[in-house]
Amino acid sequence: MTDTIPLVDIYVMGKQYRVPESLTIMEAMEYAGYQLKRGCGCRAGFCGACATVYRIAGDFELKVGLACQTKVEAGMYLAQIPFFPGRKATFDLEEIKPSIAYFAQLYPEVFRCLGCSSCTKVCPQDIDVMQYIAYIQRGDFARAADLSFDCLMCGLCVSRCPAHIVHYNAGLTARRLYSRYIAKPDAFLAQRARAIEEGAFDAELQDLTASDRERLQELYNSREIEK
Amino acid sequence: MPYTPQLRELIKKVEETRPSRVGVQYPRMTPEERVAVLKRFHPDYIEDGFREIKIGVDRGVRMPLEMADVIEAWSRLRGVDLDLNRAPDFDVDVLIIGGGGAGASAALEAQAQGATVLMVTKLRFGDANTMMAQGGIQAADKENDTPGAHYLDVVGGGRFENVPALARALVMDAPLVIKWLEDLGTMFDKKEDGTMVTIHGGGTSRKRMHAARDYTGAEIMRTLRDETYNRGVKIIEFCPAVELLLDDQGRAAGAVLYNLETEAYLLARAKTVIIATGGSGRLHYRGFPTSNHYGATADGLVIGYRAGAKTIFADSIQYHPTGGAFPPQLLGLLVTEKTRGLGATPLNIKGEQFVYHLETRDVESSAIIRECQERKLGIPLPTGIEAVWLDSPLIELTLGEGTIERQLPAMLRQFARFGVDIRKEPMLIYPTLHYQNGGLLIDENGRSTVENLYVAGETAGGIHGSNRLMGNSLLDIVVFGRRAGRHAAMISKDAPVPGALTLDHVHGYHKQLEETGAAGGRVSPMLLPRYTYR
Repeated sequence: MTDTIPLVDIYVMGKQYRVPESLTIMEAMEYAGYQLKRGCGCRAGFCGACATVYRIAGDFELKVGLACQTKVEAGMYLAQIPFFPGRKATFDLEEIKPSIAYFAQLYPEVFRCLGCSSCTKVCPQDIDVMQYIAYIQRGDFARAADLSFDCLMCGLCVSRCPAHIVHYNAGLTARRLYSRYIAKPDAFLAQRARAIEEGAFDAELQDLTASDRERLQELYNSREIEK
Repeated sequence: MPYTPQLRELIKKVEETRPSRVGVQYPRMTPEERVAVLKRFHPDYIEDGFREIKIGVDRGVRMPLEMADVIEAWSRLRGVDLDLNRAPDFDVDVLIIGGGGAGASAALEAQAQGATVLMVTKLRFGDANTMMAQGGIQAADKENDTPGAHYLDVVGGGRFENVPALARALVMDAPLVIKWLEDLGTMFDKKEDGTMVTIHGGGTSRKRMHAARDYTGAEIMRTLRDETYNRGVKIIEFCPAVELLLDDQGRAAGAVLYNLETEAYLLARAKTVIIATGGSGRLHYRGFPTSNHYGATADGLVIGYRAGAKTIFADSIQYHPTGGAFPPQLLGLLVTEKTRGLGATPLNIKGEQFVYHLETRDVESSAIIRECQERKLGIPLPTGIEAVWLDSPLIELTLGEGTIERQLPAMLRQFARFGVDIRKEPMLIYPTLHYQNGGLLIDENGRSTVENLYVAGETAGGIHGSNRLMGNSLLDIVVFGRRAGRHAAMISKDAPVPGALTLDHVHGYHKQLEETGAAGGRVSPMLLPRYTYR
């Protein structure tokens, strides 16, 4: 691969390495010789383990990205933030309600947002973080849940917040409150769960688990498939 | 690297045939055709990828070479001086090894039963394949569906080899699990009136795939994790178990833990142990790229097997039909089956469909491999590999513009990051190593063949026979995580604190390795894959 793909210089925590330019930051660190412990998770943009801060030589702007989802660039100076000591409020979901008052007890700092938008600017998922914080302040948990849904909890927003808000935990609490108390429960699901507990399907399953392979094959191959 | 001019030229053929494909259903394979394509093209049937292992309780059993390599290996504790008689660092009722969906479910349930719980995990709590499962979770909770219909799909998909009691537990608990998750505040896709939105997955006879956009596993994992924190369960991250401890009766009684950062060994004593360490995609069977998490290195399988737990279907590996093939940064990454569930179809270089888009995963993968290897109708890529198209713009054409943004935000974002707009351009895909169908044999309470040792999640085997259906893995981790947690807590209630802790099973294993010379210089569990190039 290195025969055909141009090489670029990157700087991992200040140390220079020459790597193929097609690699992601994560792959480049491994190419350079790192066996990652922290700062590496799903490698597919779902887990938020690999939040990375970088700057391109000659530029003053600090940029961010997920190491597994960002390609290296020539002159990239980078460091990972594999852990951020943000606070999580603990709660009993059955004891709280989706109200501003309850939320303020759990995360009072949410109401001290300065409106600087640093969180939104830094989000590698392009979520309008400040907006969902604003929805929470207003008690609009449905909108906050919807807008915060794609959050990977990487913690970059928290690292920039001058008001010490832990956005990802506030967003998660908003989503759990919305899903538990505002979205309606599935009525038939509750009915089906009861029926199973009362044994309504025991006979059917008894029959199936006792069936031999031939009979199961026949049933399987002739089963009706919903359009 | 966005699509090259050559690939753009080929996309024109896809666009040409697209209008004629709208609303047209490609015929499903007959049962005979399914068997035929599997036998010729599925990697499970390619003999030189396997060998019989020489040691342990399953001596003579066939395993993929890469799995056999970690099974036939020395313990990390060989030559390490450990005093097992000292006071243990931790003393609990239930020790849970692994912090994915199965471990979290087990922890919540065990603690709810009153047990003291310790969870240890190699990476962060929540670093697991659970987090990456996109498409959905199955449960028969609609009026036109029954657990029986789900059961038939499970065993048909599993080539009729599933352990009946396990498949039964899976389908019967499914609606209870969805209800449990709903009550915990998991944000499932719902209609206004609360009805769960469900679609088909490969091999389903009813639309029973529940989703949370295409972050289904992430949504379940972060909810379970949040709840585990709320309940105050003790969790130690970056601290894998490297060997199980047994008592003088040969029962599981704890584990030797390893602090990845300080490299210190710690002793955890427990009345019961639950292995929930996930699968083994990072062993890269047959050189395949994988959709799996960084930590999927078969650690639990290795230490469980050394302690005497039997395996089942260890030679059955799932290749997901739609792994990313291009741009190169997406190689092996999962393209969720929900993409096909919404109607995207696989196409060859001529822009023609060659297989029904929702065959079971094993069959769909085999058909894609056949299209490239035998029929030579794959798309050659600048990276030197071949792929087929997955026509995602067809979704927008049939279900309306905006469907992809609403239903597949993760996919849209992931491809956009590397220069491909999947609303307008088809994706390039090829099968990727996805799942370990087998594992350590369990019963319906999650018990392994070693007393007081439980297994839940991908490390466990028997539930899915030799091929798992989409949406049954997120289901299985919660079903069997909860069952194992509940049963382990119950057993721990009346059990005395284990007596002398031993590693005699490891010494015995080493003796076999010495006699057979099977291990060479290999050491396991692997813990971390090595991708360094220098």
